[in-house]
Amino acid sequence: MTALKLTNVNKSFGEVQVLKNINLEVEEGEFVVFVGPSGCGKSTLLRVIAGLEDATSGEVAIGEQVVNLMPPSKRGIAMVFQSYALYPHLNVRGNMTLALKQEKQPKSLIEERVVKASRMLNLEPYIDRYPSELSGGQRQRVAIGRAIVREPKLFLFDEPLSNLDAALRMNTRIEIANLHRQLGASMIYVTHDQTEAMTLADRIVVLRDGRVEQIGSPMELYNDPSNQFVAGFLGSPSMNFFPSDFVHEGGGHTFGVRPEDLNLAEDGALVAKVSHVEQLGADTNVIAQIDDLQITARLFGQHSIEEGQELRFGFKPEKAYHFDRDGLRLRQSNIQGSS
Amino acid sequence: MHRARKNPFNTMGMHGALILYTLIALFPVFVILVNSFKARKAIFREPLALPDSESFSLIGYQTVMRQGDFFLYFQNSMIVTVASLFFILLFGAMAAYALAEYRFKGNLLLGLYLALGIMIPIRIGTVAILEMMVATGLVNTLWALILVYTAQGLPLAVFILSEFMRQVSDDLKNAGRVDGLSEYTIFFRLVLPLVRPAMATVAVFNMIPIWNDLWFPLILAPSEETKTLTLGSQVFIGQFVTDWNAVLSALSMAILPVLILYVIFSRQLIRGITSGAVK
Repeated sequence: MTALKLTNVNKSFGEVQVLKNINLEVEEGEFVVFVGPSGCGKSTLLRVIAGLEDATSGEVAIGEQVVNLMPPSKRGIAMVFQSYALYPHLNVRGNMTLALKQEKQPKSLIEERVVKASRMLNLEPYIDRYPSELSGGQRQRVAIGRAIVREPKLFLFDEPLSNLDAALRMNTRIEIANLHRQLGASMIYVTHDQTEAMTLADRIVVLRDGRVEQIGSPMELYNDPSNQFVAGFLGSPSMNFFPSDFVHEGGGHTFGVRPEDLNLAEDGALVAKVSHVEQLGADTNVIAQIDDLQITARLFGQHSIEEGQELRFGFKPEKAYHFDRDGLRLRQSNIQGSS
Repeated sequence: MHRARKNPFNTMGMHGALILYTLIALFPVFVILVNSFKARKAIFREPLALPDSESFSLIGYQTVMRQGDFFLYFQNSMIVTVASLFFILLFGAMAAYALAEYRFKGNLLLGLYLALGIMIPIRIGTVAILEMMVATGLVNTLWALILVYTAQGLPLAVFILSEFMRQVSDDLKNAGRVDGLSEYTIFFRLVLPLVRPAMATVAVFNMIPIWNDLWFPLILAPSEETKTLTLGSQVFIGQFVTDWNAVLSALSMAILPVLILYVIFSRQLIRGITSGAVK
């Protein structure tokens, strides 16, 4: 069964079209991540799904029921917000039970769900505290708990980790992944952080300027990006792009090599002057200049490289990605055809 | 900022200025209070002297209590002020929320129209207001005053509150919507508590002019049963003879209720500020 189906969804604010013909199907139990740079429309898309914004045209179906005209609370969704958005006048229990009380659920059921959710999220010691007495991580867990108790058909997460510090972010990320495994519920997660997208998603939807650039599993997108934008957006540090005439092989307009695919080679095709070195222990990131072009190479292990040093980098031809003038990917077969 | 706080001269200068301002602001109140407890002759002989055993007199308060129905005036002033503030805050907040929260055609124009009242003094329309009150039979009722003061206070209230409403987190309102709260519940339970400091500011701004107003009570509700305190005190000010004891006593007593209202609102103000800071 599909948990969510978007058909030709468009959204405009006045003259500005922020979502352009979005089509998407989310299977039941799937974890789908919307990722893209800020302003790409990913949050607006989530709000359209939630019913907080109306689609200008197109159809939104949740659990095979068209919900375009349904208010958010009737759509069988629960949402976790970036700023937690806890009710300041209610304690943790009150925050978690409010929606169920609005639905007039029996007390025993509410109690049972709260106990279950608070155990799952280790919130039991804080159940009677108010949001102002909780730390950021605890508040985020309450916000997630508020979503869990509703047992929705679809969970919506709107950049839930961006207000947390780095260490907490990683822990909460793992918690969310565990939660998805335990609940088996369908989840849609919006983020601009490609690490979150890669680590959490069953499928990633890459958005740019209100358009879907590519949909696929994290490894599909990483190994087989269909255009230059997706290739550059996923992977950290991001892919290096060169004009094709830099290296006389392949074809097309631009070619790209991931930093981890560049290696030091005596006979390498790329001669670059090192401008900066980042020692990370397990890896060494080398930022170097080829004339005006900046490239990044990620070398495994520790290397003693000086700034100003000249280095030769090489790469395996099969690790290069070729793109045409519009940034569309040229696969090996059609490169041969064109050249 | 940090440096300024450490410098003892700056601190002294700052406190000096504030103390000076406080003294200047409190001086008239002090003179009124002190003289209200003195005999008539003592008031004129030494206006700034504290009452001693010789000059102490409660004659002013006795006159006020005897003359007219002062508790009724008090009650009228209180009813008019509190009811006007209630309506200003209620309708002002509602209009401000609609302007800040919902996208609709003419939103900006409506906002400007509502703010226009800040620039046009309501007294210009006194004659028209009087005609309207006569036509509706509201002359010599407290409702006439409440309605006029509500209209007078609304523009500034809408203007200030809509600025604050815009700052209330969208996520919070949306969380309420996802949880199935009605727009009214979101407004009353989520948004209003968060703009409480702004509401207190609006209340304090409006309270004093309403309490002290003489113009509209004199024109719209001068009857004995609807006199407000300010209007009631005027009986002691005659064209040729003024009973200063009574006037000063009446004014001293008039300060009290406003003071109490102010304390209530300013506590809200401070609580709002600190709760925001702690978060």
